[in-house]
Amino acid sequence: MRPVVSPARETWRRFRRHRLAMIGLVILTLLVLGVVLGPLLWPVAINDIDFSATLSAPSWDHPFGADDLGQDLLARMIYGGRISLAVGFAAMLVSALLGVVVGSLAGMSRGMLDSFLMWVTDLFLSLPQLPLLLLFIYLFRDTLKAAFGLEGGVFVMIVTVIGGLRWMPVARLVRAQFLSLREKEFVEAARSQGATRMRQVVHHILPNALGPVIVAATMEVSFAIISESTLSFLGLGFPPDIPTWGRILFDANNYLDSAPHWALFPGAAIFLTVLSINFIGDGLRDAFDPRRVI
Amino acid sequence: MGSYLARRLMIAIPSLLGISFILFVVLALAPGDPFGDIASNPNVPPEVRLALRAKFGMDDPVLVRYAHWLVAMAHGDWGFSFASRIDVSTLILQRVPTTIYVIGSSQVLALLVALPIGIYAATRPYSVFDQIANTFAFMGFSLPTFFTGLLLILIFSIKLHWLPFVYQADLPGSGLEWVWGNIKQAIMPVTVLGLFQAASYTRYVRSAVLDVSRLDYVTTARAKGLAEKVVVLRHISRNALIPVVTMVALQMPAVFGGAIVTEQIFRVPGIGSLLISAMLANDTPVVMAVTFVFSCLVIFFNLIADLLYGWLDPRISFR
Repeated sequence: MRPVVSPARETWRRFRRHRLAMIGLVILTLLVLGVVLGPLLWPVAINDIDFSATLSAPSWDHPFGADDLGQDLLARMIYGGRISLAVGFAAMLVSALLGVVVGSLAGMSRGMLDSFLMWVTDLFLSLPQLPLLLLFIYLFRDTLKAAFGLEGGVFVMIVTVIGGLRWMPVARLVRAQFLSLREKEFVEAARSQGATRMRQVVHHILPNALGPVIVAATMEVSFAIISESTLSFLGLGFPPDIPTWGRILFDANNYLDSAPHWALFPGAAIFLTVLSINFIGDGLRDAFDPRRVI
Repeated sequence: MGSYLARRLMIAIPSLLGISFILFVVLALAPGDPFGDIASNPNVPPEVRLALRAKFGMDDPVLVRYAHWLVAMAHGDWGFSFASRIDVSTLILQRVPTTIYVIGSSQVLALLVALPIGIYAATRPYSVFDQIANTFAFMGFSLPTFFTGLLLILIFSIKLHWLPFVYQADLPGSGLEWVWGNIKQAIMPVTVLGLFQAASYTRYVRSAVLDVSRLDYVTTARAKGLAEKVVVLRHISRNALIPVVTMVALQMPAVFGGAIVTEQIFRVPGIGSLLISAMLANDTPVVMAVTFVFSCLVIFFNLIADLLYGWLDPRISFR
């Protein structure tokens, strides 16, 4: 007989079997540690202008090279990585929260509210996301800048807009889980003992619906990081003095022939982060899937 | 089929109205007054400003303004571009064919790559080929289009000088040379967009084929002694395409997003780059119209997906 293990530990045991997901987890941990602890190990200012190092290739003084003003790219990448990763996680939280609320409302209510919420979900799914993201930023940038300051305003706006346009997959998943879970015996038992609707949802249904939500939320992080980089790459995301990875790529765009390293480092950073997160998501999907024997 | 098409249209029109309403409300909520310049101009008396506002219906309720705007859009009156000094509808009509051409070819490329690889990988699940294909698919959709675009420019334009990296809509020359020039300049944008989509399509195709090949009728087909090739291509693949069509339709918004980025990198004169340049030039009528055109295209492609559905699975069109 196997000893009793908690669901979290069992998931972790299954997750460890996925080799690429474990590699992804190690790389992502290193990247997060790098951008968090980086300024301690590499205390160079991101806006130190040094014209003798203009467009210089990687060397001991500048491990990742320097840009057109001779600013150190490693320092800028560390600073930008913090923002890119923070945007990714914050936008994921927004979309997961919205998705869980909409999905549970639709899943618990039968009839009109359910059909209406699903109609809205389908409508949002057929919205062209990038054009809308661009439209929001175009229209609301100045107001938010005034309200939250330059950096904070853009951050709040990008996170809300990305999160607000990506809650639909989570909502659909949660609703589907609720439809089957709310008819299960254990929920009926809770109901017969007089549990309120709120208690049924929070204590009984939601914990059991969490697996697929976590998988979907992981994928949202990588989507949000790509979206933020895309916006900054198009010159409509963070302003030039906040070097997120996408913004560094945008600035490097015009110097591809003379300083290819300038574009390669941030591009590779985005690629590595997104790839690791996607592999982690794949590993979690396998780990949470009860039909799969691992 | 006719009544099926009519039913799908009845569903598409409310979503189009819903999307246009969302767009309109976003614009109406946005700060910034189109009469801001006039308000800050001391030479314009306040009563003239108020009269102008009343004339353009700026103080009407949102729903009334929405109705006016919708009627104008339906009549083809899309406004006037501040930056280019021509009608927005003319400007967009000039740009749409290029976008459709680039997106269309990239989708064809994506399906040409994804269908064979996905089907082959699914007929040999967990084989070496399957694992390699899976790893490449993961790398493919983790590489953002703007980075692959820059990489291709770096390799094929700057290092090797094989391909031009600026797209010209009105390429000079004629005959075969002109055709070849057009193909050459479209290679990189189409590849970037096509391979990015191919990566995710491969995974959809693989899982759809795997799902279908477990069904009983496939066993029956094999038991009848049909050749494996016939079973896979005629019996499995056709039914596996149904969920793939859904996924492709759901991907359309992402495809248009990718199109904006590739058009911007390679300077393809489509509506995506028009959107970006209009935003940088504060050209609001163009921004609104392009966003609306993107929504229309998404819904149009969803409609095509619905029709393909009816063709792939005749049961659907009879329901």
